[in-house]
Amino acid sequence: MSRNEWPLWEIFIRSQHGLAHKHVGSLHAPDAEMAVKNARDVYTRRNEGVSIWVVKSEDITATAPGDKTPLFDPAASKVYRHPTFFPMPEGVKHL
Amino acid sequence: MYAQMVDTGEKRLRSLEELSPEEQAFQRRIDADVKIEPKEWMPEGYRRTLIRQISQHAHSEIVGMLPEGNWITRAPTLKRKAILMAKVQDEAGHGLYLYAAAETLGVSRDQLVGELHSGKAKYSSIFNYPTLTWADIGAIGWLVDGAAIMNQIPLCRCSFGPYARAMIRVCKEESFHQRQGFDIMMKLCAGTAEQKAMAQDALDRWWWPSLMMFGPPDAESVHSAQSAAWRIKILSNDELRQRFLDQTVPQADFLGLKVPDAALKWNDERGHYDFGPIDWQEFHEVIKGNGPCNRDRLRTRVTAWEDGAWVREAALAHAEKRAARAKQAA
Repeated sequence: MSRNEWPLWEIFIRSQHGLAHKHVGSLHAPDAEMAVKNARDVYTRRNEGVSIWVVKSEDITATAPGDKTPLFDPAASKVYRHPTFFPMPEGVKHL
Repeated sequence: MYAQMVDTGEKRLRSLEELSPEEQAFQRRIDADVKIEPKEWMPEGYRRTLIRQISQHAHSEIVGMLPEGNWITRAPTLKRKAILMAKVQDEAGHGLYLYAAAETLGVSRDQLVGELHSGKAKYSSIFNYPTLTWADIGAIGWLVDGAAIMNQIPLCRCSFGPYARAMIRVCKEESFHQRQGFDIMMKLCAGTAEQKAMAQDALDRWWWPSLMMFGPPDAESVHSAQSAAWRIKILSNDELRQRFLDQTVPQADFLGLKVPDAALKWNDERGHYDFGPIDWQEFHEVIKGNGPCNRDRLRTRVTAWEDGAWVREAALAHAEKRAARAKQAA
């Protein structure tokens, strides 16, 4: 059954120039050209996009939910990466 | 609304202490309003309930294209025709968002479609009624989409990420559907006596089935408590039904139409409209397959699927051929 199903694609739409593509959902299509056409029909009926990316779902590598802690914990303890860690004196400009 | 005949697998609502450690951690996340995403651990009952509920919601959208599709060739003006086509396209899109959300839970599209076609999975009872006049298109947009909106807005906050996000998308598009329907009703009610009578007749036939869309009374909804605890059901059937009724009756008054309920009466004490008894036998018969259009709806869907098989296969064969050719040329 799955051998005859159209592969799954993840769809990313950029809504305006200068903004990043955003993941909007997925759809099935036999190839990239159909995926783009279908994405246009399913996800941009109200002028939502100026650009479409389609990526086969199997080509996406994602982190596992269980990896959250080891992957992201180190960032939590490095508060000096934020400018607010360094209060600047009142009189000093442009810092 | 889309959880008809959905069995959560839980015999009763267990307290936090009765749950296993994983189930407890899971329930705590739900209670803290944290979204659950597809690859995260979840109780099997949660997964199965969501697959069935989301897919039945998707089936409802696709089957829901049929009663309105019936009038595209006979819309009274080109503008109404274009608008109705846009609405029906939206319903197709809504079905697709929902199938995609259901598939994240580890089930294939073919499997879901197979369940619909075999009768194992249900779709909303309302789509088993026929559209007999153009006024029905107005009544459907006004009442049926209105009821759907009432159910879908709370679901934007449900616990499962893909379903909640699909609902947000759907809700943005659904308001035009309801306004389009009400617009049709306004035009008919401001028209000739015949046109107004057509609008009244449509209201007479769609009112009670629309109230039934919200499902059986809370007391008879055995699995509601578990779904509520898992936050895949946010408000109860009765509460949604009452809210819908309270907001719709003044709209009928504005149109100058009479709601076909002799017992309908504003209750000052409750702050709500009292309404007459719903014929739950009709609802259960329709869900069972004995409504006016059940067999026709299913036959139309099965025929479309079977007749379209060669297109699906040809598209895949073409894609594979092109890929092989490209590989050879490289």
